[in-house]
Amino acid sequence: MNQNFNFISDWIKPGSRLLDLGCGDGSLLADLTKNHSIRGYGLEIDSQSIEGCIARGVNVIEQDLNNSLDNFADQSFDTVVMTQALQAMRHPHLVLDEMLRIGNECIITFPNFGSWRTRAYLAFRGRMPVTKQLAYEWYDTPNIHFFTYSDFEALCIERNINVLHRKFIAEQFPDNLLKSLWPNLFTETAVYHLSR
Amino acid sequence: MTSIPLEPLAVPTDSIGLVSPQTVLIEKPLTLACGTVLPSHQLVFETYGTLNSDRSNAILICHALSGDHHAAGFHEGDSKPGWWNHYIGPGKAMDSDRFFIVSVNNIGSCFGSTGPTSINPESGEAWGADFPSLRARDWVESQKHLMDYLGIHCWAAVIGGSLGGMQAMRWSLEYPEKLLNAVVIASSMKLSAQNIAFNEIARRAIKSDPDFCDGNYLQEGKAPLHGLALARMIGHVTYLSDEVLGKKFGRELASGDFIDGTADPVEFEVESYLNYQGDKFSNAFDANSYILITKMLDYFDLAREYNNSAAEAFAHAQCKFLLISFSSDWRFSPQRSQEITDALIRAGKDVSYAAIDSNQGHDSFLLPNSRYHAALGGYLNRVANQLESSQ
Repeated sequence: MNQNFNFISDWIKPGSRLLDLGCGDGSLLADLTKNHSIRGYGLEIDSQSIEGCIARGVNVIEQDLNNSLDNFADQSFDTVVMTQALQAMRHPHLVLDEMLRIGNECIITFPNFGSWRTRAYLAFRGRMPVTKQLAYEWYDTPNIHFFTYSDFEALCIERNINVLHRKFIAEQFPDNLLKSLWPNLFTETAVYHLSR
Repeated sequence: MTSIPLEPLAVPTDSIGLVSPQTVLIEKPLTLACGTVLPSHQLVFETYGTLNSDRSNAILICHALSGDHHAAGFHEGDSKPGWWNHYIGPGKAMDSDRFFIVSVNNIGSCFGSTGPTSINPESGEAWGADFPSLRARDWVESQKHLMDYLGIHCWAAVIGGSLGGMQAMRWSLEYPEKLLNAVVIASSMKLSAQNIAFNEIARRAIKSDPDFCDGNYLQEGKAPLHGLALARMIGHVTYLSDEVLGKKFGRELASGDFIDGTADPVEFEVESYLNYQGDKFSNAFDANSYILITKMLDYFDLAREYNNSAAEAFAHAQCKFLLISFSSDWRFSPQRSQEITDALIRAGKDVSYAAIDSNQGHDSFLLPNSRYHAALGGYLNRVANQLESSQ
């Protein structure tokens, strides 16, 4: 796990059941299994990522998040995690509902489109931002919803979702120094811990 | 070790080479699910690779309806290798350089293990239609006897496709401490009404053959070749996909032509192929075995004795699971594997599931496919690494 995201493990109870939606190569699950004794499963559709999980010994289920998550019972996990994938979901708000139906709590990270870098890109270049976090041209991007963390906060209020914790991540200079002054402008990645 | 290295010209160099079957008479009583006790039974099996010093690297291969013990390598004089040769051999997904792989012909089948063509010691005649009905658990019990005979205390993995996957699941419930991994490929926890329907059509085809003689054809010196061929043709179509049949045969003609060909009967390539497959099979398989094993399939119901709850059933399992399905498999569709996966997650068991894209239908589990190879090989590579590091 990226050093800057170590705090996530503080939000997860040791020995709990965890579902990682879009688990990639399973490194988060492998890390939490080793150091936090969680019992975890990841959902993934990318074949190379699935092979990576299998090689790591991470439980991986080939399942498309855009299809139904009906096969998971209500409150069958302690925590449902989704890292950097909400912006790629067809219906992010419904996925969020599903995460809080399946899990007691959920942890979600997403790129903050309110960052000054993306704002400046659009404002001065007049073109859709292609940044380190959003590294695709507009026509082939898997990221079909762009939103800022303020948008996300509004959605949480609208859908009666409790924010247990929020963390704003900025790794680049000078964002890392300025993000506490003006979070929406200097946050690259937002991390939310939610419950209903 | 039954494999003997052969000159590279004679067999493909990536195969295990020449293999030969072994036979064992298990002289311990086997109580079948139906209550009948077989005082002894014979098993024919092959092994590939070498059992390690702590006897921990053994894999059990479970065959499906028409399978046998010859899963990999070549028999002397044969031009075709065993039925799972794409995946069993040196450096393959089931790596005979690292694992000791055991493949057994199960009772009730007809390739040398005790079955309807064997002599019933009580009557002195072939069992024929009187062979006791079987359940998948009977195969597991018999395989357990073979395990004891080979001095194996725990399988590194039990692996099977289709009915083979059902045995792997049954192993995980009957002997939870006797296997570390179950690999369940293109399988199901129970048959659908459609599955049973196809099996009944096949059985009816066999029984309608006048040479079936109510199952006593061996005593009458006959064989219901026509009925069994028809049964196989029906089955064979359900193992393939519409797409692969279309690609392989299209509407090409094997003989005659559409316009003025009245001399020969017009025959499509697919007809010719199916007839060939049916005839080949009916000369190699026993009709009573076919009826017996299709019934075993029909009656398989993993969760029935666990309050019909698959999660409750799998709560008894202790091994890890790998599930694999194929997109074009309409016999045991990916949905069936998803159900198994869901039940395992509900039971809190370790499970991974790969839903492989393939246009080859149910038969995909036998055929080359790079993603399938990577998933199965990657999983077993990890199993082998763990065994080797703990040695």
